[in-house]
Amino acid sequence: MSVLSKAFWLKLSSPKTFFPFAGKAVPVFAIITLFLATISLYYGFILAPTDYQMGDSYRIMIVHVPAAWMSMWLYLVMCAYAIIGMVWRTRLSDMMAGAIAPTGAMFTFLALWTGALWGKPTWGTYWVWDARLTSELILLFLFFGFIALRAAIDDEKRAARASALLACVGIINVPIIYFSVKWWNTLHQPMTVDTSGKATLPTEMLTAMLLMTFAFWAYTFAVSFMRVRNQILEKEKNSAWVAETLGGEK
Amino acid sequence: MNLPSFLDMGHYAPYVWGSYGVVVGFMLIEVVLLVTKKRSLTKSIARLARLNRE
Repeated sequence: MSVLSKAFWLKLSSPKTFFPFAGKAVPVFAIITLFLATISLYYGFILAPTDYQMGDSYRIMIVHVPAAWMSMWLYLVMCAYAIIGMVWRTRLSDMMAGAIAPTGAMFTFLALWTGALWGKPTWGTYWVWDARLTSELILLFLFFGFIALRAAIDDEKRAARASALLACVGIINVPIIYFSVKWWNTLHQPMTVDTSGKATLPTEMLTAMLLMTFAFWAYTFAVSFMRVRNQILEKEKNSAWVAETLGGEK
Repeated sequence: MNLPSFLDMGHYAPYVWGSYGVVVGFMLIEVVLLVTKKRSLTKSIARLARLNRE
């Protein structure tokens, strides 16, 4: 069956087909994560020179910028899955939205944490109520809200619809985070990589950041597939195929 | 560059390693939690299958 055919994707969207597929994909994404993260750290710590203004503290950016990018990107991906699930009522899309949310929240927290530790030596403070930082904190609460709402409603379909609506409303926050440093005169420095693609960093540092972004992305694939597999096991534990597939995987 | 000066990160060690430590820690914890959950689910499903057979 061709990867481009509709039948392939329809088949893959059934939990029964997706479960073994995700099981095979997880180790592949784990290897990609480790490989890319290692090269990224080599570029960022060994090849990149010490910054003349920020010193070695700017090496925090290798994880800070990718974590911040991932937080916004994962919110968009989570929304897309939630909307697909709401419109076409595909169970797997709802599961994917639910599986991405905790990892998205984690990257949002990590962006805030590493940002605070970078801010202290650079700006002299861990936190300010500046537009970029505050909107990123709101993103963390949106992720928490999405997770809490799904957990609070017993009826699975209603939970998926309500959380999809919340996610859609919150999407307005993503461009606010991204453009906040342009729209307002904030303490947070301008974009590391501008919308025009212009970078203000040495090439080695930029390479390290881009590699780490892809490493985080591969990591997200791996953990969300693991989480979806767990969700499928929970929901389908009485199905005959689950026992058969698990037996085959041992 | 020798190891102590590398670890010192130009006197920014607590900030740099505090960032990386938490990032790696969170990622590892997430993976461990998921693996533990999968194991307990697999066990309960095997138990369920055994009960159904009996």
